[in-house]
Amino acid sequence: MATATRKRRLGRQVAIVGAGLSQFGAFPDKDSRDLFVEAFQDMIQTMDQPIDIDDIECAYVGNYSSDLFETQGHTAPIVADWLGMTPIPITRIENACASSGSALREGAMAIASGMYDVVLVGGMEKMTNLPTEGVTDVLASAADGLYEVPAGLTFPGIFGAIAKAHMDRYETSLDHLLKVGIKNHNNGALNPKAQFNVTIRDLMERRMARAEQRGQPVPEWQTELDFLNDDRANPWIAWPLRLYDCAPITDGASCILLVAADIAHNFTDRPVSLAGIGQASGKPLHDADELTSLSAAKEASRQAYEMAGITADDVDLAEVHDCFTIAEIVASEDLGFFAPGEGPRAVDEGRTALDGDRPINTSGGLKSKGHPVGASGVGQVVEIYHQLRGEAGERQAKKSKLEVGLTHNVGGTGGTCVVNVLRRE
Amino acid sequence: MPSEFNAANFYKRLREDGQLTGIRCNACGGLSPEARPMCAACRSFDVAWHPFSGRATLSTFTCISVVPDYWGQKGYGRNNPYCSGIVTLEEGPRISARITGVDGANPQSIRTGMALALDLADLDPERPSLAFKPA
Ligand SMILES: [Zn+2]
Repeated sequence: MATATRKRRLGRQVAIVGAGLSQFGAFPDKDSRDLFVEAFQDMIQTMDQPIDIDDIECAYVGNYSSDLFETQGHTAPIVADWLGMTPIPITRIENACASSGSALREGAMAIASGMYDVVLVGGMEKMTNLPTEGVTDVLASAADGLYEVPAGLTFPGIFGAIAKAHMDRYETSLDHLLKVGIKNHNNGALNPKAQFNVTIRDLMERRMARAEQRGQPVPEWQTELDFLNDDRANPWIAWPLRLYDCAPITDGASCILLVAADIAHNFTDRPVSLAGIGQASGKPLHDADELTSLSAAKEASRQAYEMAGITADDVDLAEVHDCFTIAEIVASEDLGFFAPGEGPRAVDEGRTALDGDRPINTSGGLKSKGHPVGASGVGQVVEIYHQLRGEAGERQAKKSKLEVGLTHNVGGTGGTCVVNVLRRE
Repeated sequence: MPSEFNAANFYKRLREDGQLTGIRCNACGGLSPEARPMCAACRSFDVAWHPFSGRATLSTFTCISVVPDYWGQKGYGRNNPYCSGIVTLEEGPRISARITGVDGANPQSIRTGMALALDLADLDPERPSLAFKPA
């Protein structure tokens, strides 16, 4: 099919000139609209120059399920009202956990079309109103309700099945999965916005101290892996995945300001360009070609690399969709950072750590930073924006060359994947 | 043209005929255990019901401890995980299914590659789901 292989490009180049994030966590008093305003406030207060909010012409907001989480549909115009932005056009995009990744893409194309010069894109999710069982049911509705859900498969269940297939096919072990979580918590402990702003070691030591205070037997954990392999400290969710293999339930919002590249310098001397964008769809796991890979991620990254004129080797750092620890390993292979089956070894060797040659999830990832599903895709871009501008503080990646960053945002169990390549200008 | 190839009829056939009945594409010969009105491989609308043998092997699985409400009401949960997975049917295609007759609390005892057979024993008439047990 000729149309599928045509090299695609944006009609106009697009740049990011501002990025904001709400606090991630559990906020019983806040609705998603309040969280979005918080992210927006963070964005405008951290921009290099003050902006006139009236310059924002259009907006796209990613949100998975305010309908089920908050019994509130039609959330986009509410956000516009809360930001004092009516009557600008604003559209909600729903692609499960890739909702804001897709919102970003729509915003970029709105600029590329020539219709607008300044577009706000972001995402939000308010998840903690429901108990865990309710959230499990809502998230499961991102899988196929006719053939996957009736078979008892939950969202962690499907990634558990992927993990088992990866363990059968390669040298992947339960410890490899747990090490991804340890690394991401090490990074998240350096991120003041993170829901779990704490290392696994600190969590372990706190529990030991609490047991001692209460006069209970103190667990004999020496290492983080001892702690994480203890069924009582780290219960199974969907074998082979434990609690600390899963991203938490989170309230939060994210936003960025997109502008036509030719006016970016009106906003900042240090814009970050959207060099490549890609999005692809995929089938349920049982219909996928492989049980150890997400085909949509391979295709979305192929598109983004081609548009940016780069290969996987040119990517200096990435935020990938670690909704589960196995998902980060699979992502690092699907994106071409490591050969299939080599992802676990890269974790062992520390290559994906903050001081590694290919840092992944410097923000703490969804695992430690938190996963307000509709906000996560743009949240990843917020982190890469700050990293490429050298303003990530304590968690700034250590490598000397930081020019090209990537984000990888998955919807559901691979039904959608959005990949963006960002470049420091 | 109205099509009868849908999930409601898939589960009706599972319940009433006791058989896994998917579709076969008359244009390309492709099989799909999911009942669909159109062949996703060749885009033909010329599809027909196709009975699968019900023999399969276990391709991958998970044992679920944090369970949806429905399974919780059936007694599953943290102390009684259930097993779900992906099976490869004898005819080639894969499908998601519950795996019964195995110990969900002891995943090390469950072997991928094991032979399975369709299990209709505790089919919920209100909410039927595909299940396989060790053959
Ligand atoms: Zn066909």
